[in-house]
Amino acid sequence: MAKSYLPPEYVVSIDREKCRRCGLCVKGCGFGTLKWGHDDWQEKMGVFKDGQDDLAVAFQRMQSASPDYVVADSSRCRQCHYCVTHCPEGAINVIKNPVAYKANEHWAAHHMRNIWLQAETGGVLLTGAGNDKAYFSYFDHMVLDACQVTNPSIDPLREPMELRTFLGERPNGLEFERTDDGQVRLKTELPPHVQIETPILFPAMSYGAVSLNVQKALAIAAKASGTLMNTGEGGMHRDLYLYADHMIVQVASGRFGVNPDYLRRGRCVEIKIGQGAKPGIGGHLPGEKVDAGVSQTRMIPIGSDAISPAPHHDIYSIEDLSQLIFALKEATEYTKPVSVKISAVHNVAAIASGIARAGADIITIDGFRGGTGAAPLIIRDHVGIPIEVALATVDERLRREGIRNRVSIVASGGIRHSGDVAKAIALGADAVSIGTAALIALGCHVCQSCFTGNCSWGIATQRPELTARLDPERGAELLTNLLRGWSRELKEILGALGLNSIESLRGSRLRLRGIGLSQQELDLLGIKPVGEGA
Amino acid sequence: MLRINADGIHYRELNRTIKAAVRDGETEIVLDNVNGQRYIGTGMEEDVLIRVNGVPGNDMASFMSGPTIHVYGNAQDGVANTMNAGTVVIGGNAGDVLGYGMRGGKVFVCGNVGYRVGIHMKQYQNIVPLLVVGGTAGNFFGEYMAGGVLVVMGMNRKSNQPVTGDYLATGMHGGVIYVRGGVDEHRLGAEPRIFDLDAADHELLEPIIAEFCQHFGHSPERVKDRPFVKLLPYSHRPYGRLYAF
Repeated sequence: MAKSYLPPEYVVSIDREKCRRCGLCVKGCGFGTLKWGHDDWQEKMGVFKDGQDDLAVAFQRMQSASPDYVVADSSRCRQCHYCVTHCPEGAINVIKNPVAYKANEHWAAHHMRNIWLQAETGGVLLTGAGNDKAYFSYFDHMVLDACQVTNPSIDPLREPMELRTFLGERPNGLEFERTDDGQVRLKTELPPHVQIETPILFPAMSYGAVSLNVQKALAIAAKASGTLMNTGEGGMHRDLYLYADHMIVQVASGRFGVNPDYLRRGRCVEIKIGQGAKPGIGGHLPGEKVDAGVSQTRMIPIGSDAISPAPHHDIYSIEDLSQLIFALKEATEYTKPVSVKISAVHNVAAIASGIARAGADIITIDGFRGGTGAAPLIIRDHVGIPIEVALATVDERLRREGIRNRVSIVASGGIRHSGDVAKAIALGADAVSIGTAALIALGCHVCQSCFTGNCSWGIATQRPELTARLDPERGAELLTNLLRGWSRELKEILGALGLNSIESLRGSRLRLRGIGLSQQELDLLGIKPVGEGA
Repeated sequence: MLRINADGIHYRELNRTIKAAVRDGETEIVLDNVNGQRYIGTGMEEDVLIRVNGVPGNDMASFMSGPTIHVYGNAQDGVANTMNAGTVVIGGNAGDVLGYGMRGGKVFVCGNVGYRVGIHMKQYQNIVPLLVVGGTAGNFFGEYMAGGVLVVMGMNRKSNQPVTGDYLATGMHGGVIYVRGGVDEHRLGAEPRIFDLDAADHELLEPIIAEFCQHFGHSPERVKDRPFVKLLPYSHRPYGRLYAF
């Protein structure tokens, strides 16, 4: 075979002075980068054939004479840093391959690499996690307000601060009636609501894309933190039934694992139309990831591809969407809010308006920084719009049409810290979802290789020796800590703003200012520039 | 047996009444004057027989997992959407998107069906959905099929009318489709291949044809007067070599 033009992307170096040859890294690497030197040599030599006895003898002598040592095949490295993190001697380092290409501002190294890879395979470039390109970040060009002197700020350490959030439709108004015994009673029938204790959810990450241990960690943390996780489109494993009260059950175009029992167990049902990382694109879980557990949960045979078509073929219009929303409401007897998840695209405001009118209780909007277990690279990096702008335009449109109360809005796609959460809520979100951030808490180093199924951190894989690395209890602790930290910070932000409830920040764009944005962008976001007072 | 006059009743109230009666132990319900009410039987799991006189609305038997529904007339779109178990028998024609994502149970239609029927049916272990169409089917019949059994017979059609429309079984990667009277190759998607029936197929089809005839009063000899062919996927991994990494 001709030599590949692809040089290794990273270089793995092992400090032989420090290395004590414990082999943790060899066992640890899911991608097979690190090997024992003797095995590597044997591999390169191949199996000794008849007549090569002298070679075999020489090899055995070499083996017994020199102690084994670790070698790295840098071409396999995905820079997930599992080895770097776990080496007890700190003997491993991974750096970007410093190979110098002729300087070129247009033809960057990654463009050339992708062309070589496609020239060799003819395939669609696949990637994982979220859009990593240097697009402008609106989050990073907005700042929050704070109180000074007048309307004093509040100290959240000493005063009550409310993060509790209710997701679901609000009635247009409340009607009361006096009962025969003179009591006042609420006459309006309230739509079903979900109560969460912090406005931060875990988004849809299916069993199949991530391991069952990841889902367990998310479920335990959601329960402990009074929030929700989301099954994704792969059904609900029976080990998670205990936490079903804190789970959103998803119905996607593949309808994997969907039956009346599944719908009834969840706290909330979500129709997945789109995902920020791959707007307009379906899902495709390769047969290699469909092991016994995934097979049982998705209710498909072991080893078969799980294909989610790009559209739901029973939804070609807003009317069709409405039909499915009410089919789900009928199936769950109007006891659960129904969410519709879409990706943020150019026409998102009009689409959201249609979804609200179609009868959804929650709209989840996923921006173009949103993560994925697998997506075509070209789609992930070049389709969709930032969540900040999508959120502002959707909120504005629904308000203008007088239907903002009909839906709650959940925003996701690249939320990195509690500052992003506060800004998203000020732009109009009722709550946010954090996927990539949650996985980073579990050890993910965003190496973007989720689609390979070889995740060394045991997150985006079904290989039992890898999934066993993630202890769900420990994972839940990490996630609960993260939510606690962010929630405390949200309270600090609210206190500084002189607010004592997240409800008061919701859609309060007066408390945001844009920095370095054009007038048109400021108008779209519905905010003023820095320096302009109330 | 409970008789309900559905004339002028909103679907939400009709379905609430049906569910309440079933919860109270009713095992047979007859609905008269049904005229487009949606979601009949949707999400129901009980062992109950529902007879529908009239034309039920969209998404009948969606997510259904147990009941038996007989429709004495035509049905509209989205029947048996993501159905899990139970039986649906439709005496007339059915509309589009019949049996979408169906994962279990049986659907028999005496007449013709619309577009996008039997899309993405799938099976798991011994749970194998069955959808039988006595007449003809529109485009995209059996698209993305991942499991289960689809039968289309093309009975009582005009000589120039095809049994199925175009893009038949496009993206098929599991299950089997039986077509009575042969398939025009130009209507096939890229993924399925045409085969003659073997002994196991005949064994599988025999009781299906018998049940179909029992529901609609056809004779098995009449059904079998033209040979069936079967469609199987060329590959269980149609998109396995699509990607570069």
